Amino acid sequence: MANDVVQGPDFPERDYARPEVNYLNWKQTVSSWLLSQDHKRIGIMYLVSISIFFVVGGLFAIMFRLELLTPEGDLLQADTYNKFFTLHGVVMIFFFLIPSIPAVLGNFLIPLMIGAKDVAFPKLNLASWYIFMVGGTIGVIIILVGGVDTGWTFYTPLSTSYSNTHVFLAAMLVFITGFSSILTGLNFLVTIHKMRAPGMTWFRLPLFIWAHYATSVIQVLGTPVVAITVFLVGVERIWGVGIFDPALGGDPVLFQHMFWFYSHPAVYIMILPGMGVISEVIACFSRNRVFGYEFVAFSSVAIAIIGFLVWGHHMYVSGQAMYSNLVFSLLTMLVAVPSAIKMFNWTSTLYRGNVVWETPMIYAIGFIGLFAIGGGTGLFLGATGMDVPLHDTYFVVSHFHYVMVGGMVMAYLAGIHFYWPKITGKMYSQPIAKLCAVLVFVGFNCTFFPQFLVGWLGMPRRYHSYHPDFQVLNVMSTLGASILGIGFVIPVFYLGWSLFYGKDAGSNPWGARGLEWEVCTSPPDPHNFHEIPVVTKEAYAYTGEETLSV
Amino acid sequence: MNFPLIPEQASTFAPNVDLMFYALTAFVGLFTIGITGVVIFLGIKYKAEPGRKSVHMESMKLELLWTVIPAIIALGIFVWGAIIYFDYQNIPENTLDINVIGKQWMWKIQHGNGKREVNELHVPVNKAVKLTMTSQDVIHDFYIPAFRVKQDVLPAKYTEMWFEATKVGTYPVFCAEYCGTQHSTMDGIVVVMEQDDYQEWLQGGPPVTPAQAGETIFQQMGCITCHDAGAASRGPILNGVFGREVALRGGETVVADEEYIRESIMTPSAKIADGYAPLMPTFPNLDEEDILNIIAYIKSLSDEQQ
Ligand code: HEC
Ligand SMILES: [Cu+2]
Ligand SMILES: [Cu+2]
Repeated sequence: MANDVVQGPDFPERDYARPEVNYLNWKQTVSSWLLSQDHKRIGIMYLVSISIFFVVGGLFAIMFRLELLTPEGDLLQADTYNKFFTLHGVVMIFFFLIPSIPAVLGNFLIPLMIGAKDVAFPKLNLASWYIFMVGGTIGVIIILVGGVDTGWTFYTPLSTSYSNTHVFLAAMLVFITGFSSILTGLNFLVTIHKMRAPGMTWFRLPLFIWAHYATSVIQVLGTPVVAITVFLVGVERIWGVGIFDPALGGDPVLFQHMFWFYSHPAVYIMILPGMGVISEVIACFSRNRVFGYEFVAFSSVAIAIIGFLVWGHHMYVSGQAMYSNLVFSLLTMLVAVPSAIKMFNWTSTLYRGNVVWETPMIYAIGFIGLFAIGGGTGLFLGATGMDVPLHDTYFVVSHFHYVMVGGMVMAYLAGIHFYWPKITGKMYSQPIAKLCAVLVFVGFNCTFFPQFLVGWLGMPRRYHSYHPDFQVLNVMSTLGASILGIGFVIPVFYLGWSLFYGKDAGSNPWGARGLEWEVCTSPPDPHNFHEIPVVTKEAYAYTGEETLSV
Repeated sequence: MNFPLIPEQASTFAPNVDLMFYALTAFVGLFTIGITGVVIFLGIKYKAEPGRKSVHMESMKLELLWTVIPAIIALGIFVWGAIIYFDYQNIPENTLDINVIGKQWMWKIQHGNGKREVNELHVPVNKAVKLTMTSQDVIHDFYIPAFRVKQDVLPAKYTEMWFEATKVGTYPVFCAEYCGTQHSTMDGIVVVMEQDDYQEWLQGGPPVTPAQAGETIFQQMGCITCHDAGAASRGPILNGVFGREVALRGGETVVADEEYIRESIMTPSAKIADGYAPLMPTFPNLDEEDILNIIAYIKSLSDEQQ
């Protein structure tokens, strides 16, 4: 085998040509897609659907960023503005961020990476997509019949007793879409436990798998809670049962506890898979095994566990008792540690490696910079006293966009660019893609950095009109958003172009390690592997056997 | 065009909070530049070369180091944040007490002598002020950026917040919790005045104090028919009840604070005073301001007793 040989950029040794028959072309009918139980095709169906939702969510953002060019509320009505930011949040969170990496790349790659022919429950996998699309259809209906204006957080009693928009439909949407997420998580858990190829021990798994394992645990344990919560919102709204509205004898802060019990861990549903992608990309483009593999693996698990215990950090000024706040603050600080561990290990992976500056690596490096800011500003917000002035201002908006877009979307793009040749068998233009990665990085910072400043100045979030002192920073942010928008559109063109005119990528264009690269063709065979591979080596075997311990 | 980059400091909290903010900014900034710099440096230094072997490294020492050091730093940030937070929570004695009622989409302010204002809050400089706040409808949040203070304002609950202004001037107030259509126009100003000016301003108020207003409601709404010290009263006598422990049916006790009084009036059936029949009707027409007035009245009954 070639693995114990020196790995320079002239790697790989072994490459298969594009197969005549592959999962993309072996059946061509529409129903062969819509009824496919092939995890790869389902991954593609998710890719198409979430890309559409991303555009929809983005259009709402464009509209309200334009509104925010001036302090007065002139472009949109207040109600319209409120609906737009609500829909932006709902669409981006439930239909893009949560499913993005797990449902697209996770679906596509988990069986390939562990040497399985499919996920454990292929029919259930297809059902998840349909449930997801039912949720999406409800979303479209909500938009068509007039929207919803409670914010994606649905705080009571505004949502249950005061809003006269389509809160019930929105609650149904979250409820139903949640099941798609639960079932996907369940499927992955069973797949990872039961379907690993012979020799694929837990500590030979790629870190992408560890990250998805942790994510799936959160999905399975957390999502039912938000489903119950929004169900109760629906019950109170329709039948007037007093649960959250104090006028009916309920407690509005109870809602916040239940909501954040899911929605805080949900941020890890969104970021952990991204961290998994970053581990893969950095290992491959440093031609080195990830530094501290076990630490990176267990930090994912630690994040999933501690992440369930910190929800109260969203409620420091909600009237929550002082000592509860302090406990939540302490735990929040602890959850920063595993993320820091990952950052240091990734960085050290480059040390004495052979770094190749290809597009996915540029996104990964962008991720590290932006996630450092996103995570670091989380420390501001996790510290009780510091959070008081910052809570519910644009500082928070900027913080979570640094994590969700700067972190998660950058990781997603890193993953899409990394696995594109595997998924499609075609290679895109590197120079254009690299330039575009830089554009996204610059546009992102121009959009969101001013929001830290305007938040510290005191601008609250969800403001349709605002104090004139905040205008300059808002204009800067909107200008940055237009750069970012262009950065997001360009890949559609060059990736689309590559489908028709791109060079055949070969089975392992990056010289990467892992079953998906070394054993599978590009695009993979309909059944992934002709025979189940036997795994004999560690993940990321870029350097042969020797390890230098210091 | 006005283009401030840092917020004004106009309360005793501001300098402490700002110190932490700028220290954290420096820390996160350095960390970000540091780690990105190292990644780029390593990326260039170890740029792939044909023929050079990658060497995989492991180091338990490093792993421990970058687990323990971030943990210590995180704990330090926790403690620093908590110290500031104690300041926010420790309401000093002898504050100037003002009531705030949030309502879609305005702020009603009620001063101790009965003077009222809407979307404006006048306070004296260098004097600790305590706001007792409640909402008529949904959750709002009273936020004064220049003072670095913020507190959610909840329906059916009283939340408190205090500050001491240090600079005469006018500063914006915002509602920070999304509360429906006009959320972004639920703003106002806080006017910090010299103490003498404030006293003068306050005198311009109406002659009716909240307690007096409360007494009027007490009579008009017929509370007096059941809660009258004289008659063979059907309800408990309210003189002196405020701040006292009240025995409830079923053996529990509860301290009669603002929230208990409010609940007794709005949902009398929630807690029944021991020895009394659950006769008390509900009063759906009372708004939060009336209730605050009644509370002030009941409080004044206790003060008289002492
Ligand atoms: C029909 C008679 C009746 C009327 C009218 C009435 N109450 Fe009561 N109230 C009662 C009774 C009986 C109780 C004790 C049982 C209970 O806790 O509900 C009570 C309890 C209370 C308590 C709790 C006192 C304690 O010691 O726990 C408060 C405060 C109170 N009432 C205020 C009011 C106010 C203010 C009004 C007018 C808006 C009012 N009540 C009108 C009969 C009445
Ligand atoms: Cu959180
Ligand atoms: Cu508001």
